[in-house]
Amino acid sequence: MSPPPPLPRWADVGLIPLINVFAALVVSGIVVAIIGENPFEAMMVMIKGAFVYKGSLGYTLYYATNFIFTGLAVAVAFHAMLFNIGGEGQAYLGGLGAGLTCLLLDSMLPAILLVPLAIMASAGFGAVWGAIPGYLQAKRGSHIVITTIMFNFLAASIMVWLLAGRLKAPGQMSPETRSFSENAELPFIHDIANALGMEMARSPLNLSFVVALLACVGVWVLIWRSRLGYAIRATGHSTKAAEYAGIPVSTIIIVTMAISGGLAGMMAINEILGVQHRTILGFTSGYGFTGIAVALMGRNHPVGIVLASLLFGALYQGGAELDFEFSTITREMVLLIQGLIILFSGGLAYMFNKPLAHLLGALLSQRDRTSHTEAGQNG
Amino acid sequence: MANGGSGSPLAIELSDINKSFGDVHANRNVSLTVVPGHIHGIIGENGAGKSTLVSILYGFYGADSGTIRINGETTTIRNSADAIGKGIGMVHQHFMLVPNFTVLENVMLGREGSLSVETGARKAREALNKLSQDFGLAVDPDLIVEDLPVGLQQRVEILKALFRGAEILILDEPTGVLTPQETEQLFDILRALRKQGVTILLITHKLKEIMAITDDVSVMRGGEMVAHLQTADTSPAELAELMVGRKVLLEVDHTPARPGAPVLDVQDLCLTDAAGIDQLKQISMTLREGEIVGIAGVSGNGQSELLDVLSGIMAPTGGHFTVGTNQITAERPSDPAELRDFGVAHVPEDRHKCGIVLPFSAAESMILGYSGGDEEDGGWWLSPSKLEESCAGRMREFDIRPPIPKLQSANFSGGNQQKIVLAREISTQPKLLLIGQPTRGVDIGAIEFIHKQLIALRNEGCAILLVSVELDEIMSLSDRILVMNNGQIVGELAREDADERALGLMMAGIGAEEKDAGSAKGAAS
Repeated sequence: MSPPPPLPRWADVGLIPLINVFAALVVSGIVVAIIGENPFEAMMVMIKGAFVYKGSLGYTLYYATNFIFTGLAVAVAFHAMLFNIGGEGQAYLGGLGAGLTCLLLDSMLPAILLVPLAIMASAGFGAVWGAIPGYLQAKRGSHIVITTIMFNFLAASIMVWLLAGRLKAPGQMSPETRSFSENAELPFIHDIANALGMEMARSPLNLSFVVALLACVGVWVLIWRSRLGYAIRATGHSTKAAEYAGIPVSTIIIVTMAISGGLAGMMAINEILGVQHRTILGFTSGYGFTGIAVALMGRNHPVGIVLASLLFGALYQGGAELDFEFSTITREMVLLIQGLIILFSGGLAYMFNKPLAHLLGALLSQRDRTSHTEAGQNG
Repeated sequence: MANGGSGSPLAIELSDINKSFGDVHANRNVSLTVVPGHIHGIIGENGAGKSTLVSILYGFYGADSGTIRINGETTTIRNSADAIGKGIGMVHQHFMLVPNFTVLENVMLGREGSLSVETGARKAREALNKLSQDFGLAVDPDLIVEDLPVGLQQRVEILKALFRGAEILILDEPTGVLTPQETEQLFDILRALRKQGVTILLITHKLKEIMAITDDVSVMRGGEMVAHLQTADTSPAELAELMVGRKVLLEVDHTPARPGAPVLDVQDLCLTDAAGIDQLKQISMTLREGEIVGIAGVSGNGQSELLDVLSGIMAPTGGHFTVGTNQITAERPSDPAELRDFGVAHVPEDRHKCGIVLPFSAAESMILGYSGGDEEDGGWWLSPSKLEESCAGRMREFDIRPPIPKLQSANFSGGNQQKIVLAREISTQPKLLLIGQPTRGVDIGAIEFIHKQLIALRNEGCAILLVSVELDEIMSLSDRILVMNNGQIVGELAREDADERALGLMMAGIGAEEKDAGSAKGAAS
């Protein structure tokens, strides 16, 4: 078969992800049918659970907030051709940064000072946790994939050690810090809406979502409008060209990983400052890893990442609803569906590219031919 | 083997081949007839449609319309396996070999012939020996391919095609990677193949090669066939005019240089690489304002390393060089950004890997190395509209086509990519220009333009260090010529004294001891 004509951009960016998600849903539907439930009914429950039921949209957006941060983290690193698998650990350490700031200062500072400080601390801790593997890659040649994975384990161990030990609130059994004072809270969106006189159902959605959207704008400006972003992309596309240009490649790798780690660290503000109001064990619950799939699906572009985050947010929230409504569909089944989506939009992302390109190519050339009436043999 | 003699059908007959990629009509009603047992050249500038045409013939692309007849039979070639089945073999510009396999393993790859590799290998070895004898293609089948010189690797490619029963051999720009001597050897092989009745289709943009080896020549321009000629009846000037569509100056208009003050002073420069090999040994030279110094040498004799050190990509391990008043030593190395500030511009040898960033837009590639800032101001930020505006200006000035700053760098032809690099480096009005292989993979029209630009730059007072494997280019542009061999400068010739023979001997390291010991010392002092 001859190579197809190149896929038009609109199809590559718009159509392919939709086809991938659709394929994943079809396979999920088959699985649901096999265990004896009606797939269409299940689908409806998921959609309603994610968007329609009272407060469900808030939950979906709350999950999406986590994915936006971790997705952006993976994307920024990827522009420098660095595969940051360490979002999970960086987010975890971000929670430590936010937690420590609040524990130390929540009785002294007003919210207007404390919250920005805690946000900066979460980003700072995450940045350091990303920059160390960056340094090891740039200066010592240790592969970033290996080191970031190892740093996830290190982060987890450190957090257990601290939360079960020094940081544990006195006089209680569970491994978590004491609750912070109200000064350390990021307000819930439903509280803000109610204060403005709008009816809104309760949900964990908080101001972090707005911060996440601002981060998207920031990443776009950084990558495509700044000299640093230029250097990051040049390094990513061609290290040799970057060296030729006099771009300090090692520094760029470290700085990029710091930015990436900082974004992942900021995921903690949604959980710690927004919802839990204390630092708890395991609050990252895999969001860092899902960020890889989000970035992959969003083509490392902030707009794509927001859309992919919405999809995964809906899956998390709708999936929980599914678990609730059907006795046969368990939490594990929901994870399976998520896994299929990641498989189709990540691992098999380019499976439909070629057939679609052939199809579109044939459709377009047929249109040309009817206008030219010039028929010929196809090789 | 194909039947020679009259009355036999044509080896290849293409008629009215059309192929479009989107809006680009790469081949427009192309027809071609190739007589069996002839060496048939296809010449044309980059982007003329030569590669598309042979890709159709070898089954990489399907034609939109048109017919292909091989040995008189109308056929469709859907993929390269089809092509091989029809007796068509292809030697690509970039070799398709497994570097860490032996010659034998590479030749039999995909044709193991049996379940046990051993049996297949035995048969392949016999066949290979026979081919080597028949065609004078001696290669030790047990050597690892990556250890072979480029010329021999190419020989393996040819053997691979013949092993698969090729009677029609397509060679796509086969001499791009060869030294003059290796090119001669390749031509000997092609002549031997022709004698045995093999039909050869030679794709090139070098007029000299067409004149040296082909029987017939077809000229392509802008996706169309513009002429079919017998080589004996034509001349380089006529071919060049047909290729470009206008009269071309094959010789540069070279006026005598008026060298001024020294710009670059190199003393005992050494480079020992990580493996402990001395890549540069005690290089000394001086470059003055307003002169072009050419460095001749077989590629891989330290020229690339010299450019890397002088441009700051690598730090010297011994000796020093001075640019203006700035001294760079092993203890106080520099970097490319700093050297640019000192007035050193650098057109790298490998424009795909270094000179531009292929996925970047032309406007973005146009600031590679100058993205640090002060020029356009704006501090930390880049303004795409400003970049595109200044890029558009340079595109007009350097006649870069298509003049679209937003277009991806990868989508420009080789000549235009080189013009992007050149435009960028020249526009800074450098004091010293380091330029490596300025016209590698660049078409005639652009070569003429680039050479003119270099002479003009020299006349404005810039010192130019020119590294090229094309002796013609070195001889026509340089005011002085230094010859490098094995990391050393082994000789210096004035422009008037240089000829291909004298340079070739020095390049091979022969003249250095016997004839030119004196001048080698002179150059090193």
